[in-house]
Amino acid sequence: MALAGNVSKGVDLSRWEIVIGLEIHVELLTDSKVFCGCATDFGGEPNTRVCPVCLGLPGSLPVLNAKALEYAVKTGLALGCEIAPFSKFDRKNYFYPDLPKAYQISQYDLPLCRHGHLDIEVNGEKRRIGITRVHLEEETGKSLHAGTSIVDSPYTLLDYNRAGIPLVEIVTEPDLRSPEEARIFLEELKRVVEFAGVSDVKMEEGSLRCDANISVRPRGETRLGTKTEVKNMNSFRAVQRALEYEAARQVAVLESGGRIEQETRHWDEAAGVTRGMRSKEQAHDYRYFPEPDLVPIVLTPEQIEKWRQELPELPAARRERLMREYGLPPYDAEILTTSRKLADFFEEAARQFPDPKMVSNWVMGELLRLLKAEGKELDQVNVTPARLVGLLQLIRAGTISGATAKEVFEEMFRTGQEAAAIVERRGLQQISDEETIRQLVQKAIAANPEAVESYRKGKEKAIGALVGQVMRETRGKANPQLVNRLLLEALGKPGQ
Amino acid sequence: MEKLSQEQVEHVARLARLALREEEKAIFAEQLGQILAYAAKIRELDLANVEPTAHVLGLTNVTRPDEVRPSLSQEEVLQNGPEVQDGYFRVPRIVEEG
Ligand SMILES: [Zn+2]
Repeated sequence: MALAGNVSKGVDLSRWEIVIGLEIHVELLTDSKVFCGCATDFGGEPNTRVCPVCLGLPGSLPVLNAKALEYAVKTGLALGCEIAPFSKFDRKNYFYPDLPKAYQISQYDLPLCRHGHLDIEVNGEKRRIGITRVHLEEETGKSLHAGTSIVDSPYTLLDYNRAGIPLVEIVTEPDLRSPEEARIFLEELKRVVEFAGVSDVKMEEGSLRCDANISVRPRGETRLGTKTEVKNMNSFRAVQRALEYEAARQVAVLESGGRIEQETRHWDEAAGVTRGMRSKEQAHDYRYFPEPDLVPIVLTPEQIEKWRQELPELPAARRERLMREYGLPPYDAEILTTSRKLADFFEEAARQFPDPKMVSNWVMGELLRLLKAEGKELDQVNVTPARLVGLLQLIRAGTISGATAKEVFEEMFRTGQEAAAIVERRGLQQISDEETIRQLVQKAIAANPEAVESYRKGKEKAIGALVGQVMRETRGKANPQLVNRLLLEALGKPGQ
Repeated sequence: MEKLSQEQVEHVARLARLALREEEKAIFAEQLGQILAYAAKIRELDLANVEPTAHVLGLTNVTRPDEVRPSLSQEEVLQNGPEVQDGYFRVPRIVEEG
């Protein structure tokens, strides 16, 4: 295990077992907020998507967004949960101005979903991670701290545009046994939620966030050690790094005879360390009570079954099918299911082209390379499955070479033009006409007596100069296999 | 009748961000004790077959369609804010208490 920071240097983790549980918040992809009609779009001027309900003005009343309920239940179904036939909302009371009401509408003892699981594969081993619960709650507003950090800022600025966006909180069992496993779990969870169509899970926009509970215990011990809660991790990679650091820190403390304080620790990405909040030890007392402004939710088995039927194929099933139906290797299936859009793109193209592996190579290769280079999402670019197929057909027909095809693809990626049109306009068709190439070959032989001489004396590599000349003459468009064959025909075997 | 302890009253007051004078603490210790005793009467009943009440109305599943409705203007949103700055509410710095 790679260890970060000074505290963990020289710590031997092999005698210790790491126990991790995660708490993940995912924003649901509704148009309006969970209890009012304010829009949920990202960005915008501060405090412009706020109304009396999400501002908590006296006399306003929340009404549950039907879509948010549906998406929360679908999240639970996608994670194999039991759906509660009877559920309700509760107030979580706290004084923190990220919500203007001084409480958050959440769910306490009767969450919508419980007892689920998600299967992941870690180093070739299948692992089933338990999901304790999934419940629906409201997102908080955004706090901006003046000054360099929360500690030395003289005041705090508040924007309530995000306050009231529907959020599911997903809590796992303490089933994860390594920081790497935690990262792999999050990656799979992200895929499941995205495939289920309930969230766009953009971590950079904060629509998926994760806190972690972690403890260590000597191998063989069955009781759990004292845990710490690690917060402020902004990427899956950061989750793994933070937990690697924290596990090593805990082991170092225990091995030197110390004891672990149960506390919240912040991950400092730049320094690569977790830091205790130095807060007064005091258990949270949220004084949950049933939300009197919202009535309970009763779900019939028929309704739950209908939503279950509506769930699209989830990543694990899709990976299996891509391998089975298109004969793809596991690696390809894994990459192609990193997002539902990518998998859809592949399948739409593969259905129109006889060689699925070639489609997969282009999607995983050139398409992903350019998307990454441009920092774009698939739906922000002009390449469509049909256009990719158009390009692949040109390669298959020998109209263009593989090298030219990459060039055409880049232009197609930028302009959205059809491959055939780009090839036509730029005159990139491969020259495969034997007579034309034979003439060029003769010309090259006549113009390079030295190369011909040394080739005939047995220096096979000398033919390269001749091929080069033909390619130059045709600005790279001559069919290279044809040039080679005709040159060999004209020159005879070397040494003769 | 049970009285609340001084510590319990201080804890509850702290959670509600109420500053109580010493004589008020004594009054509330008494009064909150009475309220709890009154609520505790329910324990005298046999409730083995009674579902806990989640809501008094008896309604369920009141929802609205996922449709965007106009929000307030930024000016309207901020007009009751004691301090505002650049379109934001401004509050004293937040100190996490744990
Ligand atoms: Zn609102």
